Amino acid sequence: MIAYFIRRLWQMIPTMLGVMLLVFVLFNWVGGDPTFILEGKRLTPEIMANIRVQLGLDKSLPEQFLLFVKQVLTYDFGNSWATQQSVSATLANRVGPSVILAGSLLLLELLTALPIAVAVAYFRGSLTDRLVTMICTVAMSVSSLVYIIVGQYQLAFAWDLFPVMGWDDNSAVANLLVYLPLPLLLGLLVALAPSVRFYRSFVVEELNHDYVRTARAKGLSEPKVLFKHVLRNALIPVVTNITMSLPFLMLGSMLLERFFGIPGMGNELLNAVDKSDFPVIKAITITIAAAAMVFNLLADLLYKQIDPRVQLK
Amino acid sequence: MTTLQHAAGAAPAPAPSRSLWQLGWQRLKRDRIGFACLWIVAGFIVLALASWAGLAGRGWNDEIAVSYAPPTFLYQQEHKAVAAASAVQTGSEPKLQGLLPQEDPIWAETQAAYKNRAKYVMPEVKKEPSLTFGADIRGRDLLDKVIKGTSTSLSVGFFGALLSVVIGAALGASAGFFGRKVDDFLMWFYSVFTAMPDMLLLLAFAAVAGRGLGTVILVLSLTSWPGTFRLVRAEFIKLRSREFVQAADAIGASSSRKMFIHILPNISHLLLVQFSLLMVGLIKYEVILSFLGFGVDVRQVSWGSMLAEVPEELLQGYWWQLAMVVAFMSVLVTAFSMLTDSLRDALDPKVK
Repeated sequence: MIAYFIRRLWQMIPTMLGVMLLVFVLFNWVGGDPTFILEGKRLTPEIMANIRVQLGLDKSLPEQFLLFVKQVLTYDFGNSWATQQSVSATLANRVGPSVILAGSLLLLELLTALPIAVAVAYFRGSLTDRLVTMICTVAMSVSSLVYIIVGQYQLAFAWDLFPVMGWDDNSAVANLLVYLPLPLLLGLLVALAPSVRFYRSFVVEELNHDYVRTARAKGLSEPKVLFKHVLRNALIPVVTNITMSLPFLMLGSMLLERFFGIPGMGNELLNAVDKSDFPVIKAITITIAAAAMVFNLLADLLYKQIDPRVQLK
Repeated sequence: MTTLQHAAGAAPAPAPSRSLWQLGWQRLKRDRIGFACLWIVAGFIVLALASWAGLAGRGWNDEIAVSYAPPTFLYQQEHKAVAAASAVQTGSEPKLQGLLPQEDPIWAETQAAYKNRAKYVMPEVKKEPSLTFGADIRGRDLLDKVIKGTSTSLSVGFFGALLSVVIGAALGASAGFFGRKVDDFLMWFYSVFTAMPDMLLLLAFAAVAGRGLGTVILVLSLTSWPGTFRLVRAEFIKLRSREFVQAADAIGASSSRKMFIHILPNISHLLLVQFSLLMVGLIKYEVILSFLGFGVDVRQVSWGSMLAEVPEELLQGYWWQLAMVVAFMSVLVTAFSMLTDSLRDALDPKVK
């Protein structure tokens, strides 16, 4: 287990280097000269040379890459071009709201999608099953944008059930009780259909196995068969789905963050892209990529906990 | 003559063997829902082609109606309501009472302005008070606009998915066929691309690559190839040691011939399904990108850029643009996803 863990950590290094190389090439080679973005029209040769020295652009490319590696290792990406504030400090403030939103969304989704999926899979082939699958397909093809636009307008603006947008920097309770319910509800609406479909297919597959027949033959009650035996075995794809989607969820809730004015990573990224604020984009890209790799590893370690038959190699 | 000889022989003629495609087509035709979806998707493609050829949706940028002209049926309802209300209070038309010259401080100026204006002949622009499906803020016909958007979205989806499948298949074929160092390198490349969420990669690319239809297609395909890569690589590893490849090897076929003439046709049905899956996904992505302002530029219109106008309109009670986009987009995407499911079932060689 420990040997496996260390080997996996070791394997992350080339991937991380690749991510850094990709980001570096993207922003230094494709991205054009940042001096133009920074200073725009009032550009004199002196200002340009000054900026180039400040950004380290006067150095050779390998040296610049090393500089970037150093930035990543120390997690110090310099100052944002747009706000002149430290990128790392800004991002540290942004992680909290994103984690709260994505975390509670994930929990809610799990608590609703799994029971529905198990129930639908149990009645597979029936009219209910086909109807739910059909509704899921249709629901998935309406853009998530539409749910958010219509939901925010109807529930918050027209019916005044929720605040239209907002965030309290000082009070987590206010956020959870006042500002989060609507984004969560809409996020759940968006996420439910694909999750139900995904989980359903795995539960259906598990139901065909011999151990289910054995469990029934022993005289176990159906809920026990379903929730104790089947669900445990269908849990591996569920765990994969969750751990894989965690870092992605952070960006997936980007639209929610933008619409509801939640100061998270996604919102920050959108603003940064809008202003060509390269340091911030670089920092977010690296952070999310690292998070994705860590969560992947966690998923593999969790498999072993859920299913002792899994061999970690 | 061979057929005659067969017919004359005592042994019954063997049923003509059908290719995977013919079998797949037959299975698809038997699947009523899948076949209906095929027709719907075909309809959208015809619409997009017509728009592309300038036959439909050509006037999407013409300002032919008043701002936010309502759909005709709403307008008529309103008309009836107004007529009914005015019928109640008969004849008591309030007369406008203008101010007298001695009371109005700018009387002279107003009169001069009126006289001045009379010198110029203003071209009378007739603007429709209502359109069948309504108009947007600049009075552009929403039907034309949504048709133009369909063609944009479909071409982004089509070319993006095509490019993505080509990249994924080429890299996957190389990795699976050559193995060893090539495979190691390409797997590393793959893991780098998959370490980042699509949306993040898309935005990073969009930040540096500028805006426009071509960029969107390129960016979408550059971020979406890993799925195809994984699939093709696995199939190539499975097929590369089969007898038919060895036979090709024995007669001296080159590597590229073995890869693309001998192995690739065997997985073409997988590529088709992958293509149609990608197309649905990219259409949805393009909508979000354009909505955020990183997609098509202002000279184009897409469902995403139309949706971007919706939140403000809703606050003023104009819902028709939203309705048009949702109707077109959800019908196409639903039909396309269901067609993809049917296609996957129909082309699965294990199903008899």
